[in-house]
Amino acid sequence: MKAGTNLEKVLEADQFAVTAEIGPPKGGSSKAIETKGEAIRHAADAFNVTDNQTAVVRMSSLAACGILKRMGLDPVMQMLCRDRNRIMLQSDICGAVALGIGNLLCLTGDHVKFGNHPEAKVVFDIDSVQLIAAVKTMREEGKFISGEEVAGPVPMFIGAVENPYADPFEYRTARLSKKVKAGADFIQTQAVYDVPRFAEWMKEICAEGIDRRTHILAGIIPVKAVGMARYMRDYVSGVEIPDAMIKRLEKAKDVREEGIKVILEIIEEVKVIPGVHGIHVQAVGWEEIVPEIIERAGLLPRPAL
Amino acid sequence: MKSITTRKPLEELLELLGDAKRVFVVGCGTCPTLIGTGGVEQVAELSASLAESGRKIVGTIVLPVACEPLPFEARGEFLAVVDGAESVFVMSCAYGVRQVSDLLAVPTLPALNTMFVGREEQGGEFQEECSQCGDCVLGLTGGICPITRCAKSLFNGPCGGSVGGLCEIGGGVPCGWQMIYDRLKALGRLELLEEILPVRDWSKSFSGGPGHYSMNQRK
Repeated sequence: MKAGTNLEKVLEADQFAVTAEIGPPKGGSSKAIETKGEAIRHAADAFNVTDNQTAVVRMSSLAACGILKRMGLDPVMQMLCRDRNRIMLQSDICGAVALGIGNLLCLTGDHVKFGNHPEAKVVFDIDSVQLIAAVKTMREEGKFISGEEVAGPVPMFIGAVENPYADPFEYRTARLSKKVKAGADFIQTQAVYDVPRFAEWMKEICAEGIDRRTHILAGIIPVKAVGMARYMRDYVSGVEIPDAMIKRLEKAKDVREEGIKVILEIIEEVKVIPGVHGIHVQAVGWEEIVPEIIERAGLLPRPAL
Repeated sequence: MKSITTRKPLEELLELLGDAKRVFVVGCGTCPTLIGTGGVEQVAELSASLAESGRKIVGTIVLPVACEPLPFEARGEFLAVVDGAESVFVMSCAYGVRQVSDLLAVPTLPALNTMFVGREEQGGEFQEECSQCGDCVLGLTGGICPITRCAKSLFNGPCGGSVGGLCEIGGGVPCGWQMIYDRLKALGRLELLEEILPVRDWSKSFSGGPGHYSMNQRK
């Protein structure tokens, strides 16, 4: 075991894993995190906390993960390269270890242009691949990027993301392979709506044997309203929603129910794609729907390991 | 290669001037003349606007190359024409402002914003290509700089926001990594993208304090 987190145990036991995202509040309310965590604690194996997603200021992922940990949940701390240089990144990793956080998802981060401080200075001292490699070096060799020794162990289960729909499409497999080579133990993908294209990408991943060196969790974003689907198609960087899906939601009498059905169908299809070891549900601002989706997908109860 | 500048709004210039009434305006005969931000015409235009705003224009000049040191023999003449001005506006990049400021004892103010050093891709289209990082990687990236052409200065391939050859920041900005990929593919060098490029040493540039190069240190 690299970190011994619940997520790692579930994946290493070859169980189909479920992770769920918890969006932190735009303020300092620990209650907001506790309420969301409590509502979905039985429905997933681990819980991602986003790091100022879409460049909008929110409670830090580190603090929110600390709260989840205190509640007995297994947090996945998301960490971006946009806002912190290598000193702060490594410092926050040490802080996470101190709080018992054992899963770390390394990302580049959306550009500040999308957020509520578009005039901010971006950092990007190191990139996500370099961050993954740095965390692995901290864990395996007990060393910081500088080569100096870390005092004490850094048991981190390292995650990375990949967007199967981004371009250049032909380079996406090589890019993922690079992240796995750098040390990514698990991968959470961008939301899957176009299943055939995702399956095509997974085929390439498996042909390269990448699925045997890491655990791939398919991203799932439940859609609540037609407007949300259109918005994601048009404005959310890297998300592709097929027009057929939008038409189906437009025609539906009960959009919420139809949206859930669409997602359940996607989960059903994704579950059987070779190489997929789990799903990552990002119900942005709609976390309370996660238990219903996971239950109706036949993925409850979650394994107790 | 040109130093790309844009005009500052008149209101900002008036604010910079404060109470100064007597103003001299300097233009530059090189980059600002070519791109139309600080040549003869723009110097005349700014002078007219300042005069309309109640300032007295002591005089104007367009230096051939504002960023070059003025020849020793020309300095006296320059000081003579500027004499009497309470403030001087320089319509050039920051290098010209700096050079002129060195000669004068009165406030020397920028009338332009210095944007970047641009390559002329085709008539009138200038593109930033280099951030002067002090550790060139063009040899590994098909001649396209990831620090400059990628909005996130990534070193190990495109982020998830590259779609259809365009960057997620919008405005039709091309994805630098798509460009690098295409170029390396054409060169048959895609294997270069499989290597993990290590963290950078920014002390050679942005984080290393002001850059300085001395030809006099050669041994």
